[in-house]
Amino acid sequence: MITYLFYFLSFLAIMFALMVVLSKNPIHSVLYLVLTFFAIAGHYVLLNAQFLAAVHIIVYAGAIMVLFLFVIMLLNLNKETEPHKSIWLKASAAVASGLLLLVLVGSLRNAELITAANPYNPSIGLIENLGQTLFHEFLLPFEVASILLLGAMVGAVMLGKKNIK
Amino acid sequence: MGLTDLLVYKGIMVLAVFAITLLVATYSTYAERKIAAFLQDRIGPDRAGPFGILQPLADAVKMFMKEEMIPSVSNKTLFILGPSVAMLTACLTGVVIPWGSSLWINGTEYPLQITDLNIGILYLFGVISLGVYGIMIGGWSSNNKYSLLGGIRASSQMISYEVAMGLSIIALVMTTGTLSLRDIAAQQYGWHWNVVYQPLGCLIFIICAFAETNRAPFDLPECETELVGGYHTEYSSMKLGFFLFAEYINMFISSAVISTFYFGGYNMPFVGRWVHDPNWLAVLGIVFLFVKISFFIFFFMWVRWTLPRFRYDQLMNLGWKILIPLSIFNIVITGFVMYFTGHLN
Repeated sequence: MITYLFYFLSFLAIMFALMVVLSKNPIHSVLYLVLTFFAIAGHYVLLNAQFLAAVHIIVYAGAIMVLFLFVIMLLNLNKETEPHKSIWLKASAAVASGLLLLVLVGSLRNAELITAANPYNPSIGLIENLGQTLFHEFLLPFEVASILLLGAMVGAVMLGKKNIK
Repeated sequence: MGLTDLLVYKGIMVLAVFAITLLVATYSTYAERKIAAFLQDRIGPDRAGPFGILQPLADAVKMFMKEEMIPSVSNKTLFILGPSVAMLTACLTGVVIPWGSSLWINGTEYPLQITDLNIGILYLFGVISLGVYGIMIGGWSSNNKYSLLGGIRASSQMISYEVAMGLSIIALVMTTGTLSLRDIAAQQYGWHWNVVYQPLGCLIFIICAFAETNRAPFDLPECETELVGGYHTEYSSMKLGFFLFAEYINMFISSAVISTFYFGGYNMPFVGRWVHDPNWLAVLGIVFLFVKISFFIFFFMWVRWTLPRFRYDQLMNLGWKILIPLSIFNIVITGFVMYFTGHLN
């Protein structure tokens, strides 16, 4: 049952991800990307990580993609006004992303050798366990990540200011 | 409980919640017109049935019978998707709300809630944050400058107030120690209402609920003096009806959430002394919750017909410069009080 669900969600995720790339209209791309995030959130639920699934939806589908949609609507991108890119640019983009794919496949090729520390714990992804782990074992990386976010926020405000003295 | 029983019980719950949501939303339109009339010293609708009680039916028939227009320059798929998404996200939120305690039939417990997620608050928050898509898609696909401005206003307003709303909920989660709405409702038995422990958080949450439902004084996305009709300028017939209806459903659900989070949910003070049968208590709890919900729906309408609309810069200043610092202050104060009273473990 769960295996079928996994294949169904994977199929949806890959199909929507392809639609993001293939659709001509940027608004359609953004909406397909939202659907992709839903399929990935479904994978998190299958792994019993409900907290991660909910946060994934809130942050990506609910906030970041709304901003993307916002910006694209303001720019009002159309097929006619979009400048045609040169063939060299397209070729170099294809080569660069192909290399990235190669790196990803190369690094994940041996991933199946890694075994989980807790082989089977159904409550591993629940919010209590996640909080305990984050605030005990990974406290320093967690705080460092927050400083990183703060830095990004301050930087964005500085860039947004009209005249810096 | 066997599988068949479970399916029947869940099916009945889903149908009941759906039907009640639609019924309350339908009659909210009537209540809105009556309350507006009352506040402006008019009579209001009184032609259809006694006291105009059949007015929502007449409105619905009118909405269905109107000619449906789809602008030829619009993006047709997205134009239809807009109101559908608005309606869908509005109906999704009722799933996690505890409408009452539990009914006991033949020794089996039937909780009056469709499902009790242990991340209920996050689910609610996620669905609310998706609600903006309907308005944005509808506003953009109309291919009309007024609609586009309405959609963009809606999205920036909702993103801004979501932050303050989330921060006010964090303080609530700190005091309750759970993300399940059922546990939050059950903790507030008697007079242990969360509004007593979180007055500031409650105020911030209610203000943000007004902004998230696009109700006055935050109804800038459909500000008729500046934007004609805002995001639904190009819509007609039942598609317009869906947008308006989604707003009333959101208002009903927000009232239910405010009651559950801060005003005791289905709990009622004193009644436990006289009524001891759990089934009667559950039924009385539902009645009591709906009394609270009705009050908050009335409150939404009262504010709408009393306060003028904000200007857009005032709205953004309120959200970013007042509500967010206040809610962070609330979190800090809550943390201090919990630390010094020894509620932190």
